[in-house]
Amino acid sequence: MNGFSPKITRRHFGALLAGSAFTLAAPAILRADTGPRLVVIGGGFGGASAARFARINYPDVNVTLIEPYDSFVTCPYGNLILGGRRELPQITHSYDGLRARGVDIVQNWAKDIDPVAKQVTLADDTQVAYDKLIVSPGIGLRWDAIEGYDEAASEIFPHAWMGGDGSQISILRRQLEELPEGGVVGLAIPPNPFRCPPGPYERISMIAHHLKQHNPRAKILAFDAKDGFSKQGLFQEGWEELYGDLIEWIPASEDGTIVAVDPQEKVFISEFGERHKVDVGNVIPPQYAAAIARDTGLADESGWVPVDPLTFAAGTAPDIHVIGDANIGAPMPKSGYVANSTAKQAVASAIADLRGESPPQNPVYFNTCYSHVGEEYGISVAAIFRLDDDGEIAATPDSGGVSPSGPLSEQAHNRRREAEYADAWYDSITTDMFS
Amino acid sequence: MSLLSQALRGGALALLLGAFAPVGAAQAEEIRTPMIAQGCAGCHGQSGAGMGAAPRIAGYGRDAFIATWEAFRDDERPATIMNRIAPGYTDEEVAELADYFSQLR
Ligand SMILES: Cc1cc2nc3c(=O)[nH]c(=O)nc-3n(C[C@H](O)[C@H](O)[C@H](O)COP(=O)(O)OP(=O)(O)OC[C@H]3O[C@@H](n4cnc5c(N)ncnc54)[C@H](O)[C@@H]3O)c2cc1C
Repeated sequence: MNGFSPKITRRHFGALLAGSAFTLAAPAILRADTGPRLVVIGGGFGGASAARFARINYPDVNVTLIEPYDSFVTCPYGNLILGGRRELPQITHSYDGLRARGVDIVQNWAKDIDPVAKQVTLADDTQVAYDKLIVSPGIGLRWDAIEGYDEAASEIFPHAWMGGDGSQISILRRQLEELPEGGVVGLAIPPNPFRCPPGPYERISMIAHHLKQHNPRAKILAFDAKDGFSKQGLFQEGWEELYGDLIEWIPASEDGTIVAVDPQEKVFISEFGERHKVDVGNVIPPQYAAAIARDTGLADESGWVPVDPLTFAAGTAPDIHVIGDANIGAPMPKSGYVANSTAKQAVASAIADLRGESPPQNPVYFNTCYSHVGEEYGISVAAIFRLDDDGEIAATPDSGGVSPSGPLSEQAHNRRREAEYADAWYDSITTDMFS
Repeated sequence: MSLLSQALRGGALALLLGAFAPVGAAQAEEIRTPMIAQGCAGCHGQSGAGMGAAPRIAGYGRDAFIATWEAFRDDERPATIMNRIAPGYTDEEVAELADYFSQLR
């Protein structure tokens, strides 16, 4: 598997400004075309959207996209694989569409950034020079947060919370298919903030959807490090109606926080020492920004990167714009839609700055997160974000919010429509990233 | 470079590079999508062309677009989600959206 463990020493941009020996050490420059150079790290929701948007709107700009995998497996709709309603190829996207638009795809890991020389160093020590850098590397998993949960353990208790090469979601699917009759599926759900607030609960729903058809005496124990979650009322209403007592959600206040696991014994251990035996375990660990954002000192003590809400320029390095899950975007959720929406503002701001213009004013950042609760049963939460008088990101008052609640007998039409709209969202957003 | 010549270059390049998108979409790209309309592409397809169950909004008459938006905003038109989205935009923004989508074919 394509693991990422570069031996990079932690260096701070502040210290770098004093002078960098790095440029001298590795002078190889990957490309030297005329025209401004926009380099993008990460070919996911933020990065692919940024690269495509830049090529369409600024044809004179050279765009290089650095991404280690040869195709992108989306996390969105991964839960539908668990529900038996999608196959891996349907959520795997090629970079050929971006290539056809003239994006230079460099298949490699970025391992360092020199903000003074304005160069990215790749895993093989080649360097890529930039005028503006967009960083959208997504999340990293805090392997130290749950005792006993490391990369090796994730082969037994998959997280399936990063697309990668698709193996994580495939392991979890196979384990569900092989679950003994009447077996127990455990989930460990992290505290805020984390990637995709409704994601774990859509996952519970889709696992239940699978079990109800193929293993109806099985049980889901969902251990949560929180006492509440996104679209909670709607999810719980749907669970009760569709799956009865197949699902048990255990909040933090009822000892739901999982602090340790024993993958060999297949045990989850709670905060108060309770040992829960599971047959299949999906551990979604606490998160922070991906390594490239932390090891370079872009992230602060929280593990996430502070950015200017108007331009997404990193606090420590004005020519580096950090978008997607890696930044501190609250109250915006860490969602693919937000990554896509903010990617465009970040690129437009970066190019404007190169041209000596000001960034687009009064931006609107848009989000809708759909979740599938069952077959023909979709729910959503929407929000329109703007900058408030203090320049901070805020949801637009009296707008957005969640789908109406109510029993299926009243809401069947809306639930079916929202499931269809969710499919339309998936196809539209991936077109806006990769076509 | 003017916005128009820039947009034309983008379109010409798109055509040159061939079959990655239907010709209609490549032509639509010649009309630069304003930032305010970028979010729409997440559901309604490229240049408002529609996608699956999400209806086409390209080519919507300007006045009809605004009237429909206001009906969503006032919850006077059946909706699952546009009635939540519509109140989040100002009149000026809705007018800009209407201008843009009504220009598209
Ligand atoms: C189960 C699940 C369901 C979800 N459902 C939805 C949904 O319905 N709607 C929604 O809007 N969002 C959803 N999300 C959230 C969405 O997946 C993320 O918010 C989104 O992927 C964030 O985009 P990003 O660009 O920050 O990161 P990513 O999309 O993860 O992209 C990061 C990319 O950077 C690459 N990378 C990492 N490090 C480096 C490096 N050093 N050098 C080069 N490349 C690097 C990675 O390989 C990856 O391709 C879901 C998430 C999960 C887990």
